[in-house]
This record gives sequence, structure tokens and C-alpha cells, in this order.
Amino acid sequence: MPHDHHDHDHDHHHDDGHAHAHLPPDPALRVKALESILTARGLVDPAALDAIIDTYENRIGPQNGAKVVARAWADPGFRTALLEDATAVVAGMGFYGRQGEHVTVVANSAGTHNMVVCTLCSCYPWPLLGIPPAWYKSDAYRARAVREPRRVLAEFGVTLPEGTAVRVWDSTAEMRYLVLPERPAGTEGWDEDRLAALVTRDSMIGTGLPTAPA
Amino acid sequence: MDRPPEPVFAEPWHAQVFALTVHLNETGRFGWPDWAARFAATLARHGLDRDLDGGDDYFTAWLETLEAILTEDGSAPAGEVAAMRDAWEAAYLATPHGAPVRLG
Repeated sequence: MPHDHHDHDHDHHHDDGHAHAHLPPDPALRVKALESILTARGLVDPAALDAIIDTYENRIGPQNGAKVVARAWADPGFRTALLEDATAVVAGMGFYGRQGEHVTVVANSAGTHNMVVCTLCSCYPWPLLGIPPAWYKSDAYRARAVREPRRVLAEFGVTLPEGTAVRVWDSTAEMRYLVLPERPAGTEGWDEDRLAALVTRDSMIGTGLPTAPA
Repeated sequence: MDRPPEPVFAEPWHAQVFALTVHLNETGRFGWPDWAARFAATLARHGLDRDLDGGDDYFTAWLETLEAILTEDGSAPAGEVAAMRDAWEAAYLATPHGAPVRLG
């Protein structure tokens, strides 16, 4: 071992550059600057920032959307109501608020596959899916989902039966879409919890399909 | 899905700038459709030079949009932000490793 743990002289790796705290990258310093200035002016409450981060890191995510999909699979009346007025129906399940004000659910069927993009930025139904993954925000996906959806789907490993139409929905700040995938065969009699476990995030964006039952 | 789940925010500052923006929207500083339109314009401008991958470059565009809005409405003028940024850098450089970093 080149490093002697009984040696009290721990300075040998820290001669010059690293004795001080790790310097964050430039944008991180700019964000800190904004936060300090706005907090000093009383425009920002640091505790509210922590609560927002905690919400999206720990509480909100695709598990919410999966519950909605599973219920729609299990309950035909719920499914009808969901397709008619998704915003109200998902709000009734407790999924509302930021970026969930206007949600439309589009259902896949034997002849139609839906997929969702935001060509302008990254609009996305946060209360149901959380924060979008990097690929959803990339120029490549935003441009190509509309231009060549089948090739994009193939890259995600999705091959659709011949003759299936692909509809691409462009989310905006005013309207956000969630795909209701088809219920996998072989799940007759399953309860909602079991069904929800098959619902992947990508299947609700339309770039994936639900997991096949094991 | 056999891919491991991606972290919600790849870097702490992504989370911070996101939360700051959501908070300012909720306290009425700007409406979300206005924010989305400004942000889309920044993304479009950045995307002219190169393809954005939706990671660091996405939040860089996000930060630039927020800085522009807050400079325009006077709540965080650019000169003040630059000075405060430098003050934070100096604080990091002056703080011993492992100690909490505070502005002097």
C-alpha cells in the first residue's frame, strides 16, 4: 500500500489546489448567487426550495401514472371517465398541481400507438410522471419524434404490428399528454397493484410498452 | 426495463435552479406559459450551434433564461448576480475542505 494510515501527515495530496472546499462549476455558483440575492430580498424562501426538491426526488414519479393506468385497466367506468376528463379524474386520485393542470390521456388500441413529445421545450405531466428524463429533453428526440417516430420507436426497442398507426402528441404548457398503453395479455384477474408494477414510465410516454407478465 | 433508473437531477445545481424557478412561478413572479415560451426560445437558440443532449446543456439554457427574466424585472440584476457569484467563488476558495461554505 502506498498510503500509510498511521501517518499523521495527510497533507501530501492536498498541497495547493485542494486544501479548500471543492469549487462548484460556474453555473452552480450562478444559481447560488441568484438564490442569495432573491432570499435577501424576501422573494425566495430556502425551505420552500428544499421542499420542492424533496417532492420531485422522492415523492412524485412514474409510480403515480402507473396507478392511473392500472386502474383504467381494471375498471372500465374509470377508463371512460379518464379519457373524457383526465385532469379532473387524476386530481381525484391526488395527482394535481404543478404542470398537471391540463392533462389529456390518449389510449393505445390494436390499430393505434400513441407517443408524446414536447417539440418546443420539455412540457410533461409532472404529477403523473415526475421530471422528464434527459432523452425527452434532448434536441434529437424533440426533433425526430415527429419526423420519424417509427425509427425512434425502433431505437427504444419497440416494434409495432404491421398496419399500426402511430400518432404523435405535442405537449405544451397548456396541454400535456399521457399514453394509456394496452393491458398486457395474461393478466386477467390481477389487482391494481399487480397491474401497476407492469406499467413503465416509457410506456406512458409511448416510447415503450408495458412489461410482459412473468 | 433492465436499465437502472436515472437520478431525477444529475447535478445538485440542476435541482436548485429547477426549484428556484418553480418557487418563483408559484409566488407569482412569472406565469408558467410565459416561462415555457422564453425557455423554448433559449433552447432553440442554443440548439442552432449544436445538438443539445438534454442534460447539463438543458439546465444551462434553463439558468440563462431565468437570469434574463430576473434581470429584466429588476429582482436580480446581472451586475449584482456576477458580483455575488464571485463572492461565492471566493468563499469556496477561502474555506477549508470539509467546513461549511459561507459568504464573508
